[in-house]
Amino acid sequence: MAEQFEPKMTAFVCNWCTYAGADLTGTSRIKYQANVRVIRLPCTGRIDFMMVLKAFSRGSDGVIISGCHPNDCHYTSGNYHARRRWMVFRDLLDFVGIDLERVTFSWVSAAEGAKWAELVNEATNKVRALGPYKEIQQLAAVGID
Amino acid sequence: MEELHNKAKELLSSGAVKVVMGYGKGTGESRRPIFVRMAERASDLVVDSGCTQNLATYLTKAEVCALGRMAIVAIPSTLRSILQLAAEKQLREENVIALAVIDGQLRELATFDAIEQAVATIPDAISEADRTMIDKLVAMSVAERRAFWAAELNRCVKCYACRSSCPMCYCERCTMDCNRPQWIPVASHAIGNIEYHMVRAMHLAGRCVECGTCGKACPIGIPVHLLTFFAEDSVRRQFGQKGGASAKLDYAMSTFKPDDKEEFIR
Repeated sequence: MAEQFEPKMTAFVCNWCTYAGADLTGTSRIKYQANVRVIRLPCTGRIDFMMVLKAFSRGSDGVIISGCHPNDCHYTSGNYHARRRWMVFRDLLDFVGIDLERVTFSWVSAAEGAKWAELVNEATNKVRALGPYKEIQQLAAVGID
Repeated sequence: MEELHNKAKELLSSGAVKVVMGYGKGTGESRRPIFVRMAERASDLVVDSGCTQNLATYLTKAEVCALGRMAIVAIPSTLRSILQLAAEKQLREENVIALAVIDGQLRELATFDAIEQAVATIPDAISEADRTMIDKLVAMSVAERRAFWAAELNRCVKCYACRSSCPMCYCERCTMDCNRPQWIPVASHAIGNIEYHMVRAMHLAGRCVECGTCGKACPIGIPVHLLTFFAEDSVRRQFGQKGGASAKLDYAMSTFKPDDKEEFIR
């Protein structure tokens, strides 16, 4: 039997909510799929849109971006700024033909360990069904850094 | 045209301005930017339908600023650029006079208020062809759009003409030149080119004045202006703000509303 495709997922999360939430998932012993690589950043406001593009060009099949719920930002407004950026960025991604199914945005608070597990499972399953992101990886393979 | 020559002559000979930026005859029917510094050369200035480049690009160049107070022959998008540059504190009101050519009429606009009023009366100027092209792209499937842009951007040679010609791309140090980290690969290749043009569009979202000079500057005819037009469209649709409408800062991406409406974040 052919081996099942396991997607590489990259998660950009904020230190104060989602990272703590993912920590809670672990301490609550909730299991979730191990495909995800978590990258901790100070705030969703720090998640430059370039990071998402770089994740794809370096071989990610899917990206998760998550941070504090509106009104809960440790730095007061980082997530609001990030939300605006994503609203435009998502439109642009779609316009240049990047598959939005592969980019998941979410708010996960430090108390939502179960939601994190659910989110990762759902996003991973979706990307697993879509298969490897060949289109971008082919383009990236032509390139040199 | 006569009117413009007289105005330029008057401004230069009275010493009100040191230089008049405008359009001159280029090769064949093309028009190129010229910088008139002597009153007797004012008659070199040309105004016609060939004058489509946005000259506001030169307003922030150090070597042009060093000439002194400037007058600039302005098409509608130039006026918007002036306001956006003013909002971003790149331009002083006392340093620039706009000689706007609106519907064949010459108007001298010496204050940002006057420019703002003029801009408010001018309808948005995306050409019919560009609008149709954007609509066509939006109607395509994701795969078709990817194929379209991959094919177009594959041809990009990274000459940065789009960046250089853009009046809003004035940063002394650009993300493209940043090599720690190397956000954008130096060489021209498929994925790096997409990244480059994405960065350009994102950095211009909410600031683009829709002159389309980037697309005209492209030596191999990639419609790069469609990306910035689309980003600007997205901002306008979602936040109701637009680039170059006011000399007071109203930049959609540097502010937020607690009730910004989105449906994709779960």
